[in-house]
Amino acid sequence: MVRAMSDSTFSAKNLACVRGGRVVFAGLGFSLATGGALVLLGPNGSGKSSLLRVLAGLLKPAHGLLAWDGQPVAEDPEAHAARTHYLGHHDAVKPVLSVAENLRFWAHLHDPHAERAGRAVDAALSRFGLARLASIPGKMLSAGQKRRTNLARLLAAPSPLWLLDEPTTALDKASIKVLEDVLAEHRAAGGMVVLSTHADIHMPGAAELHLDRFSVAEEFDEPAALAGGSEVAR
Amino acid sequence: MNRFLEVVRRDLRLALRQGSDSVMVVTFFVLTVVLFPFGIGPEANVLERVSAGVLMVTALLASMLSLDRLFQADYEDGSLELLVLTPAPLGMVVAAKMLAHWLTTGLPLMVAAPVLAVLLHMHEDGFLTLLAAMALGTPVLSLVGGIGAALVLGARRGGVLLSLLILPLYVPVLIFGVGAIDAAVQGMSAKPHLLILSAMLAAALVLAPWASAAALRQALE
Repeated sequence: MVRAMSDSTFSAKNLACVRGGRVVFAGLGFSLATGGALVLLGPNGSGKSSLLRVLAGLLKPAHGLLAWDGQPVAEDPEAHAARTHYLGHHDAVKPVLSVAENLRFWAHLHDPHAERAGRAVDAALSRFGLARLASIPGKMLSAGQKRRTNLARLLAAPSPLWLLDEPTTALDKASIKVLEDVLAEHRAAGGMVVLSTHADIHMPGAAELHLDRFSVAEEFDEPAALAGGSEVAR
Repeated sequence: MNRFLEVVRRDLRLALRQGSDSVMVVTFFVLTVVLFPFGIGPEANVLERVSAGVLMVTALLASMLSLDRLFQADYEDGSLELLVLTPAPLGMVVAAKMLAHWLTTGLPLMVAAPVLAVLLHMHEDGFLTLLAAMALGTPVLSLVGGIGAALVLGARRGGVLLSLLILPLYVPVLIFGVGAIDAAVQGMSAKPHLLILSAMLAAALVLAPWASAAALRQALE
């Protein structure tokens, strides 16, 4: 990886999320140290994507606290954005821009140091086997190639915290292997990973978080469920 | 600042490669203005009387045509989430997108306007003021329109809703834009009108990116 990252912790305490009037999860907490990884498990609709969006700062939690090194994340959203890479369901690949242009834009936006970003983009492209496709416009890419372009974004600008929402979607076996290696290197360099998946992904030493354990039974009314904290169960 | 330019450059490149938006806006502007002599007859004095109003109203409608694409494409392909999560104030990113929108729609409209003014027999004293009014007015259209575009994000039939939301807000630009040109044609000073237009631009520059940023965050929740 590009540089060693200093010791940090990313923690969540008593998080709750409400979507469309329904409590998706409540009383959720975890703590992630340097090099740590967290795999989110649970059936469809159990709130894996919502949790990742909360962690990224796209969604405000209905309750609870997110902290980086003890500092509440909400106090400085830009600093949180600078240390986070979020990868969602959509690949954010512009059809009329080439693979390299797509990647370079995101890299420059994340790391305004143009020359360093340029070198990182090239390295990221070859890492995910996209070097040959660098000048191909986004509209020509297959779903898997788009996904790899989006994944290459993680390497194109360094950030300690990766939030990946089902990163293996549309990937073939070889690419999943590359992703596993990249994740391992990222963690070895002191990065953190939170990812949701339905596929098997090999992550030695990763903690697991089963989101269905934090779901709230429907008959609870909202304030009671929120106040109930981690003891709330079916 | 680097990031600001990066977003502007990217949006300009996207507009250039896709091409259709700018061309469509200017074509709409030209075609609609050309329809007026057919509709109200070719008498020079009638056309001259309505020329300022026709040009401003049509420019306003034309600039609205492309507004719903301002954030929609980025919203659909997930880029907007990432733009919100860039380590820069969202208002700055939004301002960059609005600037790119103005460069690809407002500026071409401004260039086309004097040519169409000749077609409508506008008095030549009004030309400079027309350009000045367009230069001050079209950025306001992009800025204020951006708020609307952010508000209707994700709504079905957002384009229609956008017109309903934004058209009333364009009325002041219309009044003072046309007022400036009429004043100039009648030999009076257009300065007060232009100054008020400038004040609107200054206010919109400060408030619109901030308001759109808030609307965008809401749309992504």
